[in-house]
Amino acid sequence: MVAFILRRLVVGAGVLLGVSIVTFLIAFVVPADPAVAMAGAKADPQTLAMIRTQLGLDQPVYVQYAQYVERALHGDLGRSYIRRESVTDLIVGRFPATAILAVSAMAAALVLGVAMGLISGAWRDRMPDHLLLVLSLGFVSIPVFWLGTMLLIVAALYLRALPLGGFSGWSSLILPTITLALGSAGYYARILHTNLTDALDQEYVRTARGKGLSRRQVLVKHALANALIPLLTLAGLDLAGLLSGVVLTETVFNWPGIGRLAYEAVVNLDIPLIMGTVLFGAVLVVLANIVVDVLYAWLDPRIRLGAIG
Amino acid sequence: MTAKGKLMEMTGAFMITLLVITAIGAPLLAPHDPAQAVAETFGDPAGPSRAFPLGTDELGRDVLSRIIWGARISLEVAVTAMVVTMVIGVAIGLIAGFFGGAADFALMRLTDMMLAFPTLLLAMAFVTVLRPSLLSILLVIGLVSWTGVARVVRAETLSLAQRDFVLAARALGATPRRLIIWHVLPNALPVIVVMAVLGTSGTLLLDAGLSFLGLGVPPPTPSWGRMIEESTMYFRTAPWLAAFPGLAIFYAVLAFNLLGYGYLRRRGASNAALK
Repeated sequence: MVAFILRRLVVGAGVLLGVSIVTFLIAFVVPADPAVAMAGAKADPQTLAMIRTQLGLDQPVYVQYAQYVERALHGDLGRSYIRRESVTDLIVGRFPATAILAVSAMAAALVLGVAMGLISGAWRDRMPDHLLLVLSLGFVSIPVFWLGTMLLIVAALYLRALPLGGFSGWSSLILPTITLALGSAGYYARILHTNLTDALDQEYVRTARGKGLSRRQVLVKHALANALIPLLTLAGLDLAGLLSGVVLTETVFNWPGIGRLAYEAVVNLDIPLIMGTVLFGAVLVVLANIVVDVLYAWLDPRIRLGAIG
Repeated sequence: MTAKGKLMEMTGAFMITLLVITAIGAPLLAPHDPAQAVAETFGDPAGPSRAFPLGTDELGRDVLSRIIWGARISLEVAVTAMVVTMVIGVAIGLIAGFFGGAADFALMRLTDMMLAFPTLLLAMAFVTVLRPSLLSILLVIGLVSWTGVARVVRAETLSLAQRDFVLAARALGATPRRLIIWHVLPNALPVIVVMAVLGTSGTLLLDAGLSFLGLGVPPPTPSWGRMIEESTMYFRTAPWLAAFPGLAIFYAVLAFNLLGYGYLRRRGASNAALK
Protein backbone atom coordinates (compact mmCIF):
# COMPACT_ATOMS: atom_id res chain seq x y z
CA MET A 1 0.00 0.00 0.00
CA VAL A 2 2.84 2.39 0.86
CA ALA A 3 4.50 1.63 -2.48
CA PHE A 4 1.20 2.29 -4.23
CA ILE A 5 0.78 5.67 -2.54
CA LEU A 6 4.39 6.60 -3.29
CA ARG A 7 3.95 5.71 -6.94
CA ARG A 8 0.84 7.86 -7.15
CA LEU A 9 2.63 10.75 -5.46
CA VAL A 10 5.53 10.58 -7.93
CA VAL A 11 3.18 10.55 -10.93
CA GLY A 12 1.20 13.38 -9.32
CA ALA A 13 4.37 15.44 -8.90
CA GLY A 14 5.18 14.89 -12.58
CA VAL A 15 1.72 16.03 -13.60
CA LEU A 16 2.07 19.10 -11.40
CA LEU A 17 5.36 19.95 -13.11
CA GLY A 18 3.53 19.93 -16.46
CA VAL A 19 0.73 21.99 -14.93
CA SER A 20 3.22 24.62 -13.78
CA ILE A 21 4.66 24.85 -17.30
CA VAL A 22 1.22 25.45 -18.83
CA THR A 23 0.43 28.06 -16.18
CA PHE A 24 3.77 29.76 -16.79
CA LEU A 25 2.96 29.77 -20.52
CA ILE A 26 -0.08 31.96 -19.81
CA ALA A 27 2.20 34.78 -18.72
CA PHE A 28 4.55 34.09 -21.55
CA VAL A 29 2.13 34.25 -24.47
CA VAL A 30 0.41 37.37 -23.20
CA PRO A 31 1.03 40.20 -25.65
CA ALA A 32 0.79 42.89 -22.97
CA ASP A 33 3.95 44.02 -21.20
CA PRO A 34 3.57 43.26 -17.47
CA ALA A 35 5.75 46.22 -16.54
CA VAL A 36 3.43 48.57 -18.45
CA ALA A 37 0.43 46.85 -16.89
CA MET A 38 1.83 47.57 -13.42
CA ALA A 39 3.21 51.05 -13.90
CA GLY A 40 0.60 52.36 -16.34
CA ALA A 41 0.97 53.45 -19.97
CA LYS A 42 2.59 56.78 -19.11
CA ALA A 43 5.47 55.41 -17.04
CA ASP A 44 8.97 56.55 -17.97
CA PRO A 45 11.56 54.06 -19.30
CA GLN A 46 13.58 54.02 -16.05
CA THR A 47 10.58 52.98 -14.00
CA LEU A 48 9.71 50.28 -16.53
CA ALA A 49 13.27 48.96 -16.50
CA MET A 50 13.24 48.89 -12.73
CA ILE A 51 9.98 46.94 -12.61
CA ARG A 52 11.32 44.52 -15.20
CA THR A 53 14.38 43.84 -13.07
CA GLN A 54 12.17 43.50 -9.98
CA LEU A 55 9.95 40.97 -11.72
CA GLY A 56 12.94 39.17 -13.19
CA LEU A 57 11.73 39.82 -16.74
CA ASP A 58 15.28 40.60 -17.89
CA GLN A 59 16.32 37.03 -17.10
CA PRO A 60 16.27 34.13 -19.60
CA VAL A 61 13.00 32.18 -19.82
CA TYR A 62 14.24 29.08 -18.00
CA VAL A 63 15.51 31.18 -15.10
CA GLN A 64 12.15 32.94 -14.92
CA TYR A 65 10.40 29.58 -14.91
CA ALA A 66 12.67 28.17 -12.20
CA GLN A 67 12.06 31.26 -10.06
CA TYR A 68 8.34 30.95 -10.66
CA VAL A 69 8.31 27.30 -9.52
CA GLU A 70 10.48 28.04 -6.51
CA ARG A 71 8.25 30.88 -5.36
CA ALA A 72 5.11 28.83 -6.01
CA LEU A 73 6.51 26.01 -3.86
CA HIS A 74 6.86 28.53 -1.06
CA GLY A 75 3.27 29.58 -1.51
CA ASP A 76 4.17 32.82 -3.24
CA LEU A 77 2.11 33.29 -6.40
CA GLY A 78 3.09 36.89 -6.96
CA ARG A 79 1.11 40.07 -6.47
CA SER A 80 -2.04 41.08 -8.24
CA TYR A 81 -1.39 43.91 -10.72
CA ILE A 82 -4.68 45.57 -9.97
CA ARG A 83 -5.32 44.88 -6.30
CA ARG A 84 -1.67 45.07 -5.27
CA GLU A 85 -2.23 42.20 -2.88
CA SER A 86 -0.64 38.79 -2.61
CA VAL A 87 -2.39 36.37 -4.98
CA THR A 88 -2.16 33.62 -2.36
CA ASP A 89 -3.91 35.81 0.22
CA LEU A 90 -6.63 36.73 -2.27
CA ILE A 91 -7.31 33.08 -3.11
CA VAL A 92 -7.24 31.97 0.52
CA GLY A 93 -9.59 34.83 1.41
CA ARG A 94 -12.11 33.79 -1.25
CA PHE A 95 -11.89 30.08 -0.52
CA PRO A 96 -14.52 29.84 2.27
CA ALA A 97 -17.31 31.22 0.06
CA THR A 98 -16.39 28.85 -2.75
CA ALA A 99 -16.11 25.90 -0.35
CA ILE A 100 -19.57 26.48 1.16
CA LEU A 101 -21.14 26.61 -2.28
CA ALA A 102 -19.18 23.57 -3.51
CA VAL A 103 -20.19 21.36 -0.59
CA SER A 104 -23.80 22.48 -0.75
CA ALA A 105 -24.02 21.92 -4.52
CA MET A 106 -22.31 18.53 -4.32
CA ALA A 107 -24.64 17.33 -1.57
CA ALA A 108 -27.70 18.43 -3.54
CA ALA A 109 -26.39 16.89 -6.77
CA LEU A 110 -25.66 13.55 -5.11
CA VAL A 111 -29.04 13.34 -3.36
CA LEU A 112 -30.96 14.24 -6.51
CA GLY A 113 -28.76 12.20 -8.85
CA VAL A 114 -28.82 9.05 -6.72
CA ALA A 115 -32.59 9.34 -6.26
CA MET A 116 -33.11 9.70 -10.02
CA GLY A 117 -30.69 6.86 -10.77
CA LEU A 118 -32.31 4.55 -8.23
CA ILE A 119 -35.82 5.20 -9.52
CA SER A 120 -34.78 4.61 -13.12
CA GLY A 121 -32.96 1.44 -12.06
CA ALA A 122 -35.98 0.16 -10.13
CA TRP A 123 -38.34 0.78 -13.05
CA ARG A 124 -35.82 -0.29 -15.62
CA ASP A 125 -37.00 0.01 -19.24
CA ARG A 126 -40.40 1.24 -18.14
CA MET A 127 -41.94 4.68 -18.24
CA PRO A 128 -40.23 6.27 -15.18
CA ASP A 129 -36.87 5.11 -16.52
CA HIS A 130 -37.41 6.69 -19.93
CA LEU A 131 -38.79 9.92 -18.49
CA LEU A 132 -35.86 10.21 -16.09
CA LEU A 133 -33.38 9.58 -18.89
CA VAL A 134 -34.83 12.44 -20.91
CA LEU A 135 -34.98 14.60 -17.77
CA SER A 136 -31.33 13.91 -16.94
CA LEU A 137 -30.33 14.76 -20.51
CA GLY A 138 -32.33 17.96 -20.14
CA PHE A 139 -30.47 18.80 -16.92
CA VAL A 140 -27.04 18.36 -18.48
CA SER A 141 -28.08 20.40 -21.54
CA ILE A 142 -29.02 23.59 -19.67
CA PRO A 143 -26.35 26.30 -19.84
CA VAL A 144 -25.59 27.00 -16.15
CA PHE A 145 -25.28 30.74 -16.54
CA TRP A 146 -28.70 30.88 -18.20
CA LEU A 147 -30.31 28.68 -15.55
CA GLY A 148 -28.83 30.93 -12.88
CA THR A 149 -30.07 34.05 -14.64
CA MET A 150 -33.59 32.68 -15.05
CA LEU A 151 -33.74 31.56 -11.40
CA LEU A 152 -32.62 35.04 -10.36
CA ILE A 153 -35.25 36.71 -12.51
CA VAL A 154 -38.09 34.50 -11.29
CA ALA A 155 -37.23 33.90 -7.62
CA ALA A 156 -35.44 37.10 -6.72
CA LEU A 157 -36.84 39.78 -9.03
CA TYR A 158 -40.45 38.70 -9.53
CA LEU A 159 -41.30 36.63 -6.47
CA ARG A 160 -38.87 38.56 -4.25
CA ALA A 161 -38.53 35.33 -2.28
CA LEU A 162 -34.75 35.08 -2.31
CA PRO A 163 -31.78 37.44 -2.26
CA LEU A 164 -30.60 38.82 -5.60
CA GLY A 165 -26.98 37.83 -5.19
CA GLY A 166 -23.89 38.12 -3.06
CA PHE A 167 -23.74 36.36 0.25
CA SER A 168 -26.19 37.57 2.88
CA GLY A 169 -27.18 34.60 4.97
CA TRP A 170 -28.03 31.04 4.15
CA SER A 171 -30.93 31.85 1.85
CA SER A 172 -28.36 33.25 -0.60
CA LEU A 173 -27.10 29.72 -0.99
CA ILE A 174 -30.32 28.29 -2.43
CA LEU A 175 -30.29 29.59 -6.00
CA PRO A 176 -26.57 29.02 -6.75
CA THR A 177 -26.87 25.53 -5.27
CA ILE A 178 -29.78 24.62 -7.55
CA THR A 179 -27.98 26.14 -10.53
CA LEU A 180 -24.86 24.08 -9.96
CA ALA A 181 -26.54 20.89 -8.80
CA LEU A 182 -28.96 20.22 -11.67
CA GLY A 183 -26.32 19.52 -14.30
CA SER A 184 -24.26 17.25 -12.05
CA ALA A 185 -27.40 15.49 -10.82
CA GLY A 186 -28.40 14.66 -14.39
CA TYR A 187 -24.92 13.37 -15.05
CA TYR A 188 -24.79 11.26 -11.87
CA ALA A 189 -28.27 9.87 -12.54
CA ARG A 190 -27.13 8.59 -15.94
CA ILE A 191 -23.89 7.11 -14.61
CA LEU A 192 -25.66 5.45 -11.69
CA HIS A 193 -28.32 4.09 -14.03
CA THR A 194 -25.65 2.50 -16.24
CA ASN A 195 -23.77 1.05 -13.26
CA LEU A 196 -27.00 -0.22 -11.69
CA THR A 197 -28.18 -1.98 -14.84
CA ASP A 198 -24.72 -3.51 -15.24
CA ALA A 199 -24.79 -4.68 -11.63
CA LEU A 200 -28.34 -6.04 -11.93
CA ASP A 201 -27.19 -8.32 -14.75
CA GLN A 202 -24.48 -9.87 -12.58
CA GLU A 203 -24.61 -13.39 -11.18
CA TYR A 204 -24.50 -12.29 -7.55
CA VAL A 205 -27.68 -10.32 -8.02
CA ARG A 206 -29.38 -13.36 -9.53
CA THR A 207 -28.14 -15.40 -6.57
CA ALA A 208 -29.51 -12.86 -4.14
CA ARG A 209 -32.88 -12.94 -5.91
CA GLY A 210 -32.70 -16.73 -5.98
CA LYS A 211 -32.28 -17.00 -2.26
CA GLY A 212 -35.54 -15.12 -1.86
CA LEU A 213 -34.63 -11.46 -1.32
CA SER A 214 -37.12 -8.94 -2.62
CA ARG A 215 -36.33 -6.80 -5.66
CA ARG A 216 -35.95 -3.75 -3.47
CA GLN A 217 -33.57 -5.45 -1.06
CA VAL A 218 -31.41 -6.65 -3.93
CA LEU A 219 -31.42 -3.25 -5.58
CA VAL A 220 -30.49 -1.29 -2.48
CA LYS A 221 -28.28 -3.73 -0.58
CA HIS A 222 -26.45 -5.46 -3.40
CA ALA A 223 -26.57 -3.56 -6.66
CA LEU A 224 -26.45 -0.02 -5.24
CA ALA A 225 -23.48 -0.79 -3.01
CA ASN A 226 -21.41 -1.76 -6.01
CA ALA A 227 -22.78 0.90 -8.34
CA LEU A 228 -22.07 3.72 -5.89
CA ILE A 229 -18.29 3.33 -5.68
CA PRO A 230 -17.47 4.58 -9.22
CA LEU A 231 -19.99 7.37 -8.73
CA LEU A 232 -18.36 8.51 -5.51
CA THR A 233 -14.90 8.65 -7.08
CA LEU A 234 -16.37 10.76 -9.85
CA ALA A 235 -18.03 13.02 -7.28
CA GLY A 236 -14.71 13.35 -5.45
CA LEU A 237 -13.03 14.71 -8.56
CA ASP A 238 -16.01 16.97 -9.30
CA LEU A 239 -15.83 18.35 -5.78
CA ALA A 240 -12.22 19.34 -6.38
CA GLY A 241 -13.37 21.08 -9.57
CA LEU A 242 -16.09 22.93 -7.65
CA LEU A 243 -13.64 23.91 -4.91
CA SER A 244 -11.36 25.54 -7.45
CA GLY A 245 -14.17 27.99 -8.16
CA VAL A 246 -17.13 28.00 -10.49
CA VAL A 247 -16.74 31.00 -12.73
CA LEU A 248 -20.15 31.17 -14.40
CA THR A 249 -22.34 30.53 -11.37
CA GLU A 250 -20.31 32.78 -9.08
CA THR A 251 -20.40 35.53 -11.70
CA VAL A 252 -24.17 35.31 -12.20
CA PHE A 253 -24.86 35.38 -8.45
CA ASN A 254 -22.11 37.82 -7.57
CA TRP A 255 -20.78 35.18 -5.20
CA PRO A 256 -17.60 36.27 -3.39
CA GLY A 257 -15.61 33.15 -4.31
CA ILE A 258 -12.59 32.11 -6.31
CA GLY A 259 -14.53 31.75 -9.57
CA ARG A 260 -15.56 35.36 -9.43
CA LEU A 261 -12.02 36.34 -8.50
CA ALA A 262 -10.80 34.55 -11.63
CA TYR A 263 -13.40 36.32 -13.73
CA GLU A 264 -12.32 39.70 -12.36
CA ALA A 265 -8.70 38.78 -13.05
CA VAL A 266 -9.56 37.99 -16.67
CA VAL A 267 -11.54 41.19 -17.15
CA ASN A 268 -8.64 43.24 -15.75
CA LEU A 269 -5.96 41.24 -17.55
CA ASP A 270 -4.43 40.68 -14.11
CA ILE A 271 -1.92 38.02 -15.20
CA PRO A 272 -0.53 36.87 -11.80
CA LEU A 273 -4.07 36.47 -10.49
CA ILE A 274 -5.14 34.54 -13.62
CA MET A 275 -2.13 32.25 -13.27
CA GLY A 276 -2.72 31.83 -9.55
CA THR A 277 -6.36 30.79 -9.86
CA VAL A 278 -5.61 28.37 -12.71
CA LEU A 279 -2.71 26.81 -10.80
CA PHE A 280 -4.76 26.56 -7.62
CA GLY A 281 -7.54 24.71 -9.43
CA ALA A 282 -5.18 22.30 -11.14
CA VAL A 283 -3.32 21.50 -7.91
CA LEU A 284 -6.62 20.75 -6.15
CA VAL A 285 -7.66 18.37 -8.91
CA VAL A 286 -4.30 16.56 -8.94
CA LEU A 287 -4.44 16.12 -5.15
CA ALA A 288 -8.04 14.92 -5.33
CA ASN A 289 -7.01 12.43 -8.00
CA ILE A 290 -4.37 10.97 -5.69
CA VAL A 291 -6.74 10.80 -2.73
CA VAL A 292 -9.45 9.15 -4.83
CA ASP A 293 -6.99 6.63 -6.29
CA VAL A 294 -5.74 5.68 -2.84
CA LEU A 295 -9.26 5.36 -1.47
CA TYR A 296 -10.21 3.24 -4.45
CA ALA A 297 -7.22 0.96 -3.93
CA TRP A 298 -8.07 0.68 -0.26
CA LEU A 299 -11.62 -0.36 -1.17
CA ASP A 300 -10.53 -2.73 -3.91
CA PRO A 301 -7.43 -4.84 -3.13
CA ARG A 302 -7.16 -5.97 -6.77
CA ILE A 303 -5.94 -2.50 -7.77
CA ARG A 304 -3.63 -2.14 -4.78
CA LEU A 305 -1.88 -5.39 -5.63
CA GLY A 306 -1.42 -4.35 -9.23
CA ALA A 307 -3.71 -7.01 -10.68
CA ILE A 308 -5.67 -4.40 -12.65
CA GLY A 309 -5.43 -0.70 -13.34
CA MET B 1 -34.55 -0.05 -24.61
CA THR B 2 -33.78 -0.32 -28.28
CA ALA B 3 -36.98 1.35 -29.44
CA LYS B 4 -36.61 4.24 -27.00
CA GLY B 5 -33.02 4.77 -28.05
CA LYS B 6 -34.19 4.97 -31.63
CA LEU B 7 -36.87 7.52 -30.69
CA MET B 8 -34.33 9.69 -28.89
CA GLU B 9 -31.95 9.41 -31.80
CA MET B 10 -34.62 10.38 -34.34
CA THR B 11 -35.79 13.29 -32.20
CA GLY B 12 -32.23 14.53 -31.86
CA ALA B 13 -31.56 14.16 -35.57
CA PHE B 14 -34.79 15.99 -36.42
CA MET B 15 -33.96 18.84 -34.02
CA ILE B 16 -30.47 19.14 -35.50
CA THR B 17 -31.88 19.20 -39.03
CA LEU B 18 -34.17 22.10 -38.09
CA LEU B 19 -31.22 23.86 -36.53
CA VAL B 20 -29.05 23.45 -39.61
CA ILE B 21 -31.87 24.62 -41.90
CA THR B 22 -32.27 27.70 -39.69
CA ALA B 23 -28.54 28.39 -39.78
CA ILE B 24 -28.25 28.02 -43.54
CA GLY B 25 -31.50 29.78 -44.36
CA ALA B 26 -30.96 32.63 -41.89
CA PRO B 27 -31.05 35.36 -44.58
CA LEU B 28 -34.40 34.05 -45.84
CA LEU B 29 -35.93 33.07 -42.52
CA ALA B 30 -35.05 36.11 -40.41
CA PRO B 31 -37.86 38.66 -40.67
CA HIS B 32 -35.47 41.57 -40.07
CA ASP B 33 -31.83 42.56 -40.29
CA PRO B 34 -30.24 41.35 -37.02
CA ALA B 35 -27.87 44.31 -36.77
CA GLN B 36 -30.34 47.09 -37.65
CA ALA B 37 -32.67 49.02 -35.38
CA VAL B 38 -36.07 48.05 -36.73
CA ALA B 39 -38.33 48.95 -33.83
CA GLU B 40 -39.21 52.53 -32.99
CA THR B 41 -38.56 51.88 -29.32
CA PHE B 42 -34.90 52.75 -29.60
CA GLY B 43 -33.09 52.84 -26.26
CA ASP B 44 -35.76 50.81 -24.52
CA PRO B 45 -36.27 47.07 -24.95
CA ALA B 46 -39.82 46.16 -25.98
CA GLY B 47 -41.61 42.95 -25.06
CA PRO B 48 -42.96 40.38 -27.49
CA SER B 49 -45.56 41.81 -29.86
CA ARG B 50 -47.22 40.81 -33.11
CA ALA B 51 -44.56 42.57 -35.18
CA PHE B 52 -41.70 41.24 -33.07
CA PRO B 53 -42.72 37.87 -31.61
CA LEU B 54 -39.71 37.63 -29.28
CA GLY B 55 -39.45 41.34 -28.56
CA THR B 56 -36.72 43.82 -29.39
CA ASP B 57 -33.54 44.77 -27.54
CA GLU B 58 -32.31 48.10 -26.22
CA LEU B 59 -31.07 49.11 -29.68
CA GLY B 60 -34.41 48.29 -31.28
CA ARG B 61 -33.12 45.13 -32.95
CA ASP B 62 -35.42 42.17 -33.48
CA VAL B 63 -34.61 39.36 -31.01
CA LEU B 64 -36.06 36.63 -33.24
CA SER B 65 -33.88 37.66 -36.17
CA ARG B 66 -30.83 37.81 -33.94
CA ILE B 67 -31.53 34.32 -32.62
CA ILE B 68 -31.94 32.97 -36.17
CA TRP B 69 -28.63 34.51 -37.23
CA GLY B 70 -27.16 33.40 -33.93
CA ALA B 71 -27.84 29.80 -34.94
CA ARG B 72 -25.40 30.28 -37.78
CA ILE B 73 -22.47 31.67 -35.77
CA SER B 74 -23.12 29.45 -32.75
CA LEU B 75 -23.21 26.28 -34.89
CA GLU B 76 -20.19 27.36 -36.94
CA VAL B 77 -18.11 27.92 -33.83
CA ALA B 78 -19.32 24.77 -32.05
CA VAL B 79 -18.83 22.47 -35.04
CA THR B 80 -15.42 23.86 -36.02
CA ALA B 81 -14.23 23.75 -32.41
CA MET B 82 -15.49 20.16 -32.25
CA VAL B 83 -13.45 19.33 -35.37
CA VAL B 84 -10.33 20.86 -33.81
CA THR B 85 -11.01 18.87 -30.64
CA MET B 86 -11.49 15.63 -32.57
CA VAL B 87 -8.36 16.07 -34.67
CA ILE B 88 -6.18 16.56 -31.58
CA GLY B 89 -7.91 13.89 -29.50
CA VAL B 90 -8.07 11.24 -32.23
CA ALA B 91 -4.42 11.76 -33.24
CA ILE B 92 -3.19 11.51 -29.65
CA GLY B 93 -5.43 8.54 -28.86
CA LEU B 94 -4.36 6.63 -31.98
CA ILE B 95 -0.65 7.21 -31.43
CA ALA B 96 -0.76 6.42 -27.69
CA GLY B 97 -2.87 3.31 -28.17
CA PHE B 98 -1.05 1.95 -31.20
CA PHE B 99 2.57 2.46 -30.24
CA GLY B 100 2.22 1.99 -26.49
CA GLY B 101 5.36 2.16 -24.37
CA ALA B 102 7.06 5.49 -23.87
CA ALA B 103 4.86 7.34 -26.39
CA ASP B 104 1.76 6.10 -24.59
CA PHE B 105 3.14 7.01 -21.17
CA ALA B 106 4.14 10.51 -22.25
CA LEU B 107 0.86 11.25 -24.06
CA MET B 108 -1.29 9.91 -21.23
CA ARG B 109 0.58 12.00 -18.66
CA LEU B 110 -0.02 14.99 -20.94
CA THR B 111 -3.71 14.05 -20.93
CA ASP B 112 -3.73 13.75 -17.12
CA MET B 113 -2.16 17.16 -16.92
CA MET B 114 -4.73 18.80 -19.19
CA LEU B 115 -7.54 17.04 -17.30
CA ALA B 116 -6.29 18.62 -14.10
CA PHE B 117 -7.14 22.13 -15.28
CA PRO B 118 -10.63 23.46 -14.71
CA THR B 119 -11.74 23.61 -18.36
CA LEU B 120 -13.53 26.94 -18.41
CA LEU B 121 -10.91 28.65 -16.26
CA LEU B 122 -8.07 27.54 -18.53
CA ALA B 123 -10.05 28.47 -21.64
CA MET B 124 -10.78 31.91 -20.17
CA ALA B 125 -7.15 32.45 -19.31
CA PHE B 126 -5.91 31.54 -22.77
CA VAL B 127 -8.61 33.41 -24.69
CA THR B 128 -7.78 36.46 -22.59
CA VAL B 129 -4.06 36.39 -23.17
CA LEU B 130 -4.51 35.62 -26.89
CA ARG B 131 -7.28 38.26 -27.21
CA PRO B 132 -10.76 37.03 -28.20
CA SER B 133 -11.12 36.35 -31.92
CA LEU B 134 -12.79 33.60 -33.90
CA LEU B 135 -9.47 31.82 -34.40
CA SER B 136 -8.28 32.05 -30.80
CA ILE B 137 -11.64 30.80 -29.52
CA LEU B 138 -11.63 27.79 -31.85
CA LEU B 139 -8.05 26.93 -30.93
CA VAL B 140 -8.55 27.33 -27.21
CA ILE B 141 -11.77 25.29 -27.09
CA GLY B 142 -9.98 22.54 -29.04
CA LEU B 143 -6.94 22.69 -26.77
CA VAL B 144 -8.92 22.33 -23.55
CA SER B 145 -11.48 19.74 -24.75
CA TRP B 146 -9.56 16.92 -26.42
CA THR B 147 -8.69 14.85 -23.35
CA GLY B 148 -11.85 12.76 -23.18
CA VAL B 149 -11.64 11.95 -26.89
CA ALA B 150 -7.98 10.91 -26.59
CA ARG B 151 -8.76 8.54 -23.72
CA VAL B 152 -11.64 6.80 -25.49
CA VAL B 153 -9.82 6.54 -28.84
CA ARG B 154 -6.75 5.17 -27.07
CA ALA B 155 -8.79 2.46 -25.36
CA GLU B 156 -10.47 1.57 -28.64
CA THR B 157 -7.12 1.49 -30.46
CA LEU B 158 -5.59 -0.74 -27.79
CA SER B 159 -8.25 -3.37 -28.36
CA LEU B 160 -8.32 -3.00 -32.16
CA ALA B 161 -4.53 -3.28 -32.49
CA GLN B 162 -4.70 -6.80 -31.06
CA ARG B 163 -7.45 -8.01 -33.39
CA ASP B 164 -6.71 -10.64 -36.00
CA PHE B 165 -7.24 -8.43 -39.07
CA VAL B 166 -4.71 -5.91 -37.79
CA LEU B 167 -2.23 -8.63 -36.86
CA ALA B 168 -2.70 -10.17 -40.33
CA ALA B 169 -2.02 -6.85 -42.05
CA ARG B 170 1.00 -6.36 -39.84
CA ALA B 171 2.28 -9.83 -40.76
CA LEU B 172 1.91 -8.87 -44.42
CA GLY B 173 4.36 -6.05 -43.77
CA ALA B 174 2.04 -3.03 -43.53
CA THR B 175 3.74 0.05 -42.09
CA PRO B 176 2.47 1.50 -38.80
CA ARG B 177 1.08 4.48 -40.71
CA ARG B 178 -0.85 2.21 -43.06
CA LEU B 179 -2.07 0.08 -40.16
CA ILE B 180 -3.32 3.10 -38.24
CA ILE B 181 -5.00 4.89 -41.14
CA TRP B 182 -6.48 1.94 -43.05
CA HIS B 183 -7.08 -0.67 -40.38
CA VAL B 184 -7.47 0.87 -36.94
CA LEU B 185 -9.04 4.25 -37.74
CA PRO B 186 -11.96 2.99 -39.91
CA ASN B 187 -12.94 0.53 -37.20
CA ALA B 188 -12.74 3.17 -34.49
CA LEU B 189 -14.99 5.44 -36.55
CA PRO B 190 -18.33 4.59 -34.88
CA VAL B 191 -16.89 5.55 -31.50
CA ILE B 192 -15.32 8.68 -32.97
CA VAL B 193 -18.61 9.78 -34.53
CA VAL B 194 -20.46 9.41 -31.23
CA MET B 195 -17.73 11.38 -29.47
CA ALA B 196 -18.05 14.07 -32.14
CA VAL B 197 -21.82 14.36 -31.68
CA LEU B 198 -21.57 14.51 -27.89
CA GLY B 199 -18.53 16.76 -28.21
CA THR B 200 -20.57 19.30 -30.14
CA SER B 201 -22.89 19.76 -27.17
CA GLY B 202 -19.77 20.36 -25.09
CA THR B 203 -18.28 22.93 -27.44
CA LEU B 204 -21.67 24.67 -27.76
CA LEU B 205 -21.82 25.09 -23.97
CA LEU B 206 -18.19 26.13 -23.66
CA ASP B 207 -18.52 28.71 -26.43
CA ALA B 208 -21.76 30.02 -24.91
CA GLY B 209 -20.08 30.25 -21.50
CA LEU B 210 -17.11 32.15 -22.91
CA SER B 211 -19.44 34.48 -24.82
CA PHE B 212 -21.44 35.10 -21.66
CA LEU B 213 -18.21 36.18 -19.92
CA GLY B 214 -17.52 38.60 -22.76
CA LEU B 215 -14.84 36.34 -24.24
CA GLY B 216 -16.76 35.09 -27.26
CA VAL B 217 -16.61 36.06 -30.91
CA PRO B 218 -16.41 39.87 -30.88
CA PRO B 219 -19.51 41.93 -31.77
CA PRO B 220 -21.53 42.65 -33.85
CA THR B 221 -21.83 38.94 -34.59
CA PRO B 222 -24.95 37.96 -32.66
CA SER B 223 -24.02 34.71 -30.91
CA TRP B 224 -26.53 33.34 -28.39
CA GLY B 225 -24.17 33.52 -25.42
CA ARG B 226 -23.33 37.13 -26.18
CA MET B 227 -27.00 38.06 -26.43
CA ILE B 228 -27.46 36.85 -22.85
CA GLU B 229 -24.37 38.73 -21.73
CA GLU B 230 -25.63 41.94 -23.34
CA SER B 231 -29.00 41.53 -21.64
CA THR B 232 -27.52 41.53 -18.11
CA MET B 233 -28.37 45.22 -17.69
CA TYR B 234 -32.03 44.62 -18.48
CA PHE B 235 -32.86 41.65 -16.24
CA ARG B 236 -35.41 43.68 -14.36
CA THR B 237 -37.13 45.36 -17.26
CA ALA B 238 -36.63 42.98 -20.17
CA PRO B 239 -36.20 39.35 -19.08
CA TRP B 240 -37.07 38.08 -22.59
CA LEU B 241 -33.69 39.31 -23.79
CA ALA B 242 -32.00 36.63 -21.69
CA ALA B 243 -34.73 33.99 -21.85
CA PHE B 244 -35.01 33.32 -25.57
CA PRO B 245 -31.31 33.03 -26.56
CA GLY B 246 -30.82 30.70 -23.58
CA LEU B 247 -33.67 28.51 -24.82
CA ALA B 248 -31.93 28.39 -28.19
CA ILE B 249 -28.67 27.19 -26.60
CA PHE B 250 -30.58 24.65 -24.52
CA TYR B 251 -32.39 23.39 -27.64
CA ALA B 252 -29.15 22.95 -29.61
CA VAL B 253 -27.26 21.23 -26.78
CA LEU B 254 -30.20 18.94 -26.05
CA ALA B 255 -30.46 18.01 -29.74
CA PHE B 256 -26.87 16.77 -29.90
CA ASN B 257 -27.17 14.99 -26.54
CA LEU B 258 -30.36 13.21 -27.65
CA LEU B 259 -28.72 12.03 -30.86
CA GLY B 260 -25.53 10.87 -29.11
CA TYR B 261 -27.04 9.19 -26.07
CA GLY B 262 -29.94 7.81 -28.09
CA TYR B 263 -27.44 6.06 -30.33
CA LEU B 264 -25.57 4.71 -27.30
CA ARG B 265 -28.79 3.44 -25.76
CA ARG B 266 -29.92 1.79 -28.99
CA ARG B 267 -26.60 0.07 -29.34
CA GLY B 268 -26.74 -0.91 -25.68
CA ALA B 269 -23.28 0.51 -25.16
CA SER B 270 -22.62 1.55 -21.61
CA ASN B 271 -22.31 5.28 -21.05
CA ALA B 272 -19.24 4.80 -18.91
CA ALA B 273 -17.16 3.66 -21.88
CA LEU B 274 -17.93 6.90 -23.67
CA LYS B 275 -18.05 9.24 -20.76
